[in-house]
Amino acid sequence: MGGTVSEDTIVGALAPSHAHPREKIQVVPLAGLPFVALAVIFVALSIGFNWRWGLMFNHVVGGGLWTGIDLFVGFVIGPILGRLSVPARAEFAARFMPKMVIIMPTVVMMTLATGFQVARQLGNLAASSPNHAWLIVSFCVVGVMAGVALSVLEPANIAVLYEMNKPVPSGERIGRLMKRFIYTAGLTGAMQIATLVIMTRLGSR
Amino acid sequence: MPPVAWLSSLALVLVIVGGILLASYAPRPAPLGLATALLVVAIALMVVAAGLLARIKEFAWVTFGVVFKWALLAYVIVAGMIEFAFVHDHTRGSSLVLVTLMLTVFALSVPTTIAFTTARFADPT
Repeated sequence: MGGTVSEDTIVGALAPSHAHPREKIQVVPLAGLPFVALAVIFVALSIGFNWRWGLMFNHVVGGGLWTGIDLFVGFVIGPILGRLSVPARAEFAARFMPKMVIIMPTVVMMTLATGFQVARQLGNLAASSPNHAWLIVSFCVVGVMAGVALSVLEPANIAVLYEMNKPVPSGERIGRLMKRFIYTAGLTGAMQIATLVIMTRLGSR
Repeated sequence: MPPVAWLSSLALVLVIVGGILLASYAPRPAPLGLATALLVVAIALMVVAAGLLARIKEFAWVTFGVVFKWALLAYVIVAGMIEFAFVHDHTRGSSLVLVTLMLTVFALSVPTTIAFTTARFADPT
């Protein structure tokens, strides 16, 4: 995990200097909130009016992004991040994690809220449907991913950002929280492979 | 520090399991016994977590409050959207009450975990 750099190094990298005063990290990027509001309205209208294209759009786009981002972060960004020097890792995280704070809950909301409606409209919820068992497996996979993401990944993400905003951040703490973030991102990435198998099976029956 | 995040996370897991149980029966009415039991345990865990939290003396309450408030707003919107979907699908009666309470636990447990994890490392002053 590239942990050979001392804690002083990361503290030094994050500490403000006279030449380059350290920027305060905006934990929730406010510029992204209008897009979130648009997504919420779009999902609500799609459900409210049983708008099939809207439901499918939100489910496919949200699910595709959720799966893609989880796989990319878990298996591409995560291992790269683990091999970076600690200051570089901190610098990357300071720019990357606030975006994840806003993107992930939005794509998860788009996927889950409309997925149930899509399943209902297509008749996959019916116990007699040949897809019913696959659907229940997908509920379980999503349940595990949601549990991991909401109880480990997201709290670690926010805690890292708050730690980085301190006048003297703890390198050891940031390293520990980021390890948690990287490992759980890998785990949810692996679970997403199961989601891909299930969803492509559902779509091809 | 008391295991507040563990308790709220466990409450979240229980309502997720309960939610999967209810969803797996849809559109048929689900048997409510097990889901109700899971919900009762989840609520009990949240009450214990709140009690333990309130007893902490040296704690960054300001940080906890700020993070909790914003996370609550986000997860109330998510829970509200899921509730809307259930109401729209004609979920009524005891099932709707159960779903609503589960979503309430969901909307409280996630902000509690996030805010506690953040505030436990923050400066109490």
